[in-house]
Amino acid sequence: MNEIIPKIELKGLHKRFGSKVVLESVDLTVMPGESMVIIGGSGSGKSVTLKCILGLLYPNGGSIKIDGTEMVGIGADERKKILTKFGMLFQGAALFDSLPVWENVAFGLLAQRLCNRKEAKEIAIEKLRRVGLSPDVGSLSPAELSGGMQKRVGLARAIAANPEIIFFDEPTTGLDPIMSDVINELIVECVKDVGATALTITHDMSSVRKIADHVSMIYHGNIIWTGPKDEIDHSGSDYIDQFINGKAEGPIKMEILRG
Amino acid sequence: MNFLAVIGRVTISFLQAAGKIGIFAVNGVRHIFTPPFYPRELWRQMLNIGYYSLPVVGLTTLFTGAALAVNIYEGSSRFNAESTLPTIVVIGIVRELGPTLCGLIVAGRVSASMAAELGTMRVTEQIDALVTLSTDPFKYLIAPRILATVIMMPFMLVIVADTIGVLGGYLLATTKLGYNSGSYIKSTIDFLEAIDVMASMTKAAVFGFFISLMGCYHGFNTRGGAQGVGISTTNAVVSACIMILLSNYVVTEMFFSS
Repeated sequence: MNEIIPKIELKGLHKRFGSKVVLESVDLTVMPGESMVIIGGSGSGKSVTLKCILGLLYPNGGSIKIDGTEMVGIGADERKKILTKFGMLFQGAALFDSLPVWENVAFGLLAQRLCNRKEAKEIAIEKLRRVGLSPDVGSLSPAELSGGMQKRVGLARAIAANPEIIFFDEPTTGLDPIMSDVINELIVECVKDVGATALTITHDMSSVRKIADHVSMIYHGNIIWTGPKDEIDHSGSDYIDQFINGKAEGPIKMEILRG
Repeated sequence: MNFLAVIGRVTISFLQAAGKIGIFAVNGVRHIFTPPFYPRELWRQMLNIGYYSLPVVGLTTLFTGAALAVNIYEGSSRFNAESTLPTIVVIGIVRELGPTLCGLIVAGRVSASMAAELGTMRVTEQIDALVTLSTDPFKYLIAPRILATVIMMPFMLVIVADTIGVLGGYLLATTKLGYNSGSYIKSTIDFLEAIDVMASMTKAAVFGFFISLMGCYHGFNTRGGAQGVGISTTNAVVSACIMILLSNYVVTEMFFSS
């Protein structure tokens, strides 16, 4: 019987900055088509985990496999090829100010020479429509858009090349509750549309309940719990209970100096 | 002992910085010659660096040429050598003031803008976004900026700076100091040699390289938020100006040292 190869597999991932250890030993498996959400407090290592997977940061130890291919230590060309499988929605959308909205959406298509500019524009307009934006938004500059619209453009850019894996970095941060829900629904629909595997990092529990199939919690550089979304309320972990209920009292101690 | 330790630390950090800038420069230049190329981005940079710097470069050199003519006239009249004015103006502008002033002005305008733009892109994760979109930031951001500056400095800005600087001297000399227009132009052309123009353009290309290198290096390596962008911008302008003045001496020695 053929064993299904995980889409993303982290083993003993270790990252430190100087003497400060951010990731101690992260183990995580994301299966194809699954939507995994990593939760954890600020500074717990969520963003660093994503950046290590994408090669934006080099891990100090451990293994990162994408479709069974080891990413740690591979050459730039090989990494670039594997990165074509990815789409990413950044926390602040990270749209390019110097380009109009449609070119932002089509950037990956043009960079990978997947089509000419005319076709890329048509795809960009279609993707903008998919995230609820009218075609005339395409000619605007990113600076002319509201925060919610920028997130939608970022989402359109993330799905433009129909990636196999999509990362969402704090997708609802800075948005009002209604816009957050709109973005969450779009994420679910778009991921389903392109049939992608999704990895989201957030501390917004409404996002977790809407987006996730599985949830992992990271604390002090280690994954301390992983399970299906439905089990999160009965995890038996005091850490999870404290986090999802947002209580100050519990095993998770925030580094706050009190006067 | 402490004093020696301080000297050692400063020396090591200076060498580390020089090494990092050297590696950055080699990477930037290497990506100019290896595909994929981004002609649209190159054109955008050429327009921004060359065309939009023309007014400030032209104005500065026009008045500098005029001021130089006044100074030379005053100085040379003390020993009845007023006829040397056109020669000294043209050599002074073409060999020295045209490229150096143009370099310093472009350093203030372009190096700062590159550092601020790339620094903002760094702190807002736009450079990370480029990587996730399978685009090498060195190819898309750094190589076009270096190439555009190295092309536009000698082939547009310094040619204009030299011409307008000489024109400034000519206008002042013919309208205020009573020089004959025809003989002024003849003296200017007769005494200007090809090597003067070559030195001017070589200096411009070298200055252009350092202006873009410092702007890109400091912007690309920005850390922190708005304050980090401010620090990068300041460092880019200061280091570009130092490199311009330093390399100006080296190139002058190369061309004119007997």
